[in-house]
Amino acid sequence: MIRQTLSVLRKELLVEWRDRSRISGLFFFAMAIVILMAFASPSEGVLKQQAGGILWIGLLLASTRSLDQSFATEMEHGALEGLMLWPVDPRAVFYGKALANTLVLLMVALAIVPLLFGMYGAEVRGSIPVLLGFLVFGCAAIGAPGTLFGGIVAQARGSSVLLPLLLFPLVIPAVLAAAKGTTVVMEGDPMGQGRSWLGLLVAFNAVHWSLSGLFFGRVVEDG
Amino acid sequence: MPSPPTIHIDSLARRFGPRWAVARVTMELPPGASCMLTGANGSGKSTLLRCLATALKPHEGGIRFGNRDLWAHRDEIRPKIAYLAHQLHLYDDLSQRDNIDVWARMGGLSADADALLTRVGLDPKRNDPVRALSAGMKRRLALARILIKAPELLLLDEPFGALDPDGRQLVVDVVREIQNRGTTLVLATHLPTSAIHICDRAVVMEAGQIIWHGPSGDLP
Amino acid sequence: MSRLKWEHVVGILGLLGMIGGHYAGLFVAPPERMMGDVGRIFYVHVPVAILSMLMFSVSGLAAFGYLMSGRMGFDWLVESTVEVGVMLSTLLLILGSVWARPTWGVWWTWDPRLITATVLLLTFVGVMLLRGATTNPEKRATWSSVATLIAWVNVPITYKSVQWWRSLHQIQTPQDAISEPMRIVYYENMIAMILVLVWFVAWRWRIAKATAMAEAPEPLPAEVSP
Repeated sequence: MIRQTLSVLRKELLVEWRDRSRISGLFFFAMAIVILMAFASPSEGVLKQQAGGILWIGLLLASTRSLDQSFATEMEHGALEGLMLWPVDPRAVFYGKALANTLVLLMVALAIVPLLFGMYGAEVRGSIPVLLGFLVFGCAAIGAPGTLFGGIVAQARGSSVLLPLLLFPLVIPAVLAAAKGTTVVMEGDPMGQGRSWLGLLVAFNAVHWSLSGLFFGRVVEDG
Repeated sequence: MPSPPTIHIDSLARRFGPRWAVARVTMELPPGASCMLTGANGSGKSTLLRCLATALKPHEGGIRFGNRDLWAHRDEIRPKIAYLAHQLHLYDDLSQRDNIDVWARMGGLSADADALLTRVGLDPKRNDPVRALSAGMKRRLALARILIKAPELLLLDEPFGALDPDGRQLVVDVVREIQNRGTTLVLATHLPTSAIHICDRAVVMEAGQIIWHGPSGDLP
Repeated sequence: MSRLKWEHVVGILGLLGMIGGHYAGLFVAPPERMMGDVGRIFYVHVPVAILSMLMFSVSGLAAFGYLMSGRMGFDWLVESTVEVGVMLSTLLLILGSVWARPTWGVWWTWDPRLITATVLLLTFVGVMLLRGATTNPEKRATWSSVATLIAWVNVPITYKSVQWWRSLHQIQTPQDAISEPMRIVYYENMIAMILVLVWFVAWRWRIAKATAMAEAPEPLPAEVSP
């Protein structure tokens, strides 16, 4: 199954690579949010404090577009059904897609962070590996349930508004932890809270990566 | 290549909402049989084919692949089935060669993309994404994709659609090659004249039931 | 006149019990030591809290039952318990807000218990929306069962939130810390509420079943022998 997962992942990344306009579209979308939020803030000092939170709002909103796109390629010519009938193990399909979706979000995150430094005057006083940890696990926390719900919503025709409605409440605890953790690390983590936020994020990921993988097969197959 | 078992369709029924698309069909496909399903649009041909392909679960009755229930053992049997559907199962953003490559890898199969593309009359050197190809070329690529497998059961849904006369002849040639290996064939079409050359038997469907069956030469 | 269904009997008993329980809670039970009369909301707020989480747990079990057996009866139970659970959760947040204003001074605060309770409500509202958006009954049942099981993960998190994080909200009070007259009123309200909820769920289940029966397929025609 690992080999199949990797071949699905390879296919996903190949599709992203061949149409690079998609991932740059995501980046610009997230960037637009980051810029617009700056206008809503009263002062530069406040902006700096909010940088962590705003990063995650931008990523969460961009994720719906990226998840929609990920399944649009499957639905164009019914490839999702083709995968099930080939057959490709549904768990491999899930983990391959979820990993690809996570990587895409992570790349957008890594591109936005320098923007925060530049525009928001944010700085990282704490540990950079820990910051990366929050980025990785935060993106993964959106990626797994997002892929599961993306699979459901893609088949429920004409419901592109349904994905945020399903996904956002579920991932609030994770996005909260990621946002708080990012902010805390940027401030140098004076009270040592980083570890507990990261712990929460990792636990969320453990639960949802296993549950979503378990259910994906039922959700995409008929019968 | 192993020879396919006899396929038994037992009082199969499948509905969509309240309407029965296939309403009790019983038939038998001996190993190596070649059978054409014909009838007007909406007669249930595609639905029957999709049940054979394990894309749909029967609501009543069932299908046996040899002596194994097809749906219950679908994970093991699916690699032995090649299904060319209405939907092409292709990735628009990838090139022809990428598509063949990607599907082969995901199935754990090896495929000579150049040979397959040439076999279906496509230029292997062309790197455009599939979305830039014509409908007929996409159909040929879809055919190349299912040739990656060496199936025991070949299912074709309206294979002649969108193809020019050369394309239709290609389908006939390719199918004959596969048949020579002993593969069982079921082909659904609403244009029986093209399929007569490759199918020994014909079945006419109406409102989800079989209303006539016999040698394809005797089709009314 | 058709026979009165059992759930209506249960429901009427429950309603009577609630009237009695509310009266007792407002006028009979002693005032709470520290909060005074404001504390009387305890007799509704706590049962609603516990029962909303129990209700969602029943949803989870029903969802599991559907995924394992494929029987539509379980799906109808998911439909009814999720709806009743959402109603309870909404009521819970309103009651909590009413209690918060005099005790904490605010209608709302960003507190772990409140956040997790809201997230719980929203995830199950999502399940209801998903059901509404899906027309195919079998897909609706499968997808909402999956979504319900995933949403259920928030139940233990909400329950434990006051223990895991620093929260303004009280932690669960041990039984012996409550005086006897208060405990009696509390249990009366709890039992009455359970009866009313059983009534709602059973009634709603019948409605779901009737709707499904109305969508039932036409009979299969006899097999034609050509």
